[in-house]
Amino acid sequence: MGEVIVVTSGKGGVGKTTTTANLGTGLASHGKKVCLVDADIGLRNLDVVMGLENRIVFDIVDVTSGVCRTRQALIKDKRYESLHLLPAAQTKDKTAVNPDQMRELCEELKQEFDFVIIDCPAGIEQGFKNAIAGADKAIVVTTPEVSAVRDADRIIGLLEAADLREPKLIINRYRTKMVNRGDMMSIDDMNEILAIDLLGVVPEDEQVVVTTNKGETVVRDDKSQSGQAYRNITRRILGENVPLLNLEEPGGLLNALRKMIGMR
Amino acid sequence: MLDFLNRFFGRETASSKNVAKERLRLVLVHDRANVSPELLSSLKNDLIKVISNYMEIDEKALEVSLDSNDQQVALVANIPVKRMKRTKSLA
Repeated sequence: MGEVIVVTSGKGGVGKTTTTANLGTGLASHGKKVCLVDADIGLRNLDVVMGLENRIVFDIVDVTSGVCRTRQALIKDKRYESLHLLPAAQTKDKTAVNPDQMRELCEELKQEFDFVIIDCPAGIEQGFKNAIAGADKAIVVTTPEVSAVRDADRIIGLLEAADLREPKLIINRYRTKMVNRGDMMSIDDMNEILAIDLLGVVPEDEQVVVTTNKGETVVRDDKSQSGQAYRNITRRILGENVPLLNLEEPGGLLNALRKMIGMR
Repeated sequence: MLDFLNRFFGRETASSKNVAKERLRLVLVHDRANVSPELLSSLKNDLIKVISNYMEIDEKALEVSLDSNDQQVALVANIPVKRMKRTKSLA
């Protein structure tokens, strides 16, 4: 029996879909059977982020309304045999699915997959309620900005009210340089404010845009720092104790030398 | 070290992240206490009604807010009194 993890944030644009795609890919690279579920009905995006947009035949609404069997709607990933995507419907709205149907769907997927990861839509309305209905655990993604942290705080309250205890935090788009000069909230600041367990910190990284442009996931990019961050988070989900990634800029003299010879 | 230098040069209080933290701290007190501005203003009106039975207050200058220190949230009301009444007026 697998577990269902919902990736949520409240605010839009903080990186829920990117996180879902990368954690799914990361878990699959460890040989786990993973199903990604795009719960953002009407604003389908996980398919393009995964580079699977051309393979969609059926979607989540087709499954819950009985048009097709669950198996028929699952799209196999390009790289990992054990990774599948259940796409959202693009032409329907959030009311096309209800929480009971989501619960039933999650139960079914759990029988077959080690991990079911649900990409939650932004907001706290019906789409959010659907996405969390069948979840066993929750990950809250936020960025070090007042609006995102405020929304994350609200979401944490709603998750706990829905009996999804102990949600885990991912801080996304972290900029060490700004933190060091006192212009961005630090990891400690965020921990102090939100007071939930930290699952990982992902640095701001252009490589995320580059890989997403190509329909690939940065977790497979061995050289990128954000890829490393996602690989670490993946291992933490699998129960390993992995220390936080060192996000400090490389030390003074060496860095200065690099700058001089134009390496950075 | 950097923190120390910042403090040394008096930058600590001016840094934008501290502004962000302070603003968040206050806004989350309200969010978590689930208090809407409407509720606060209705509380304010009721307070005026009750207190006016006993003393004359400056309604315009009256301030009601939720404040937090450490783990506690406090309801803070600043009510300027203009004049005390000799007897309670039964409304």
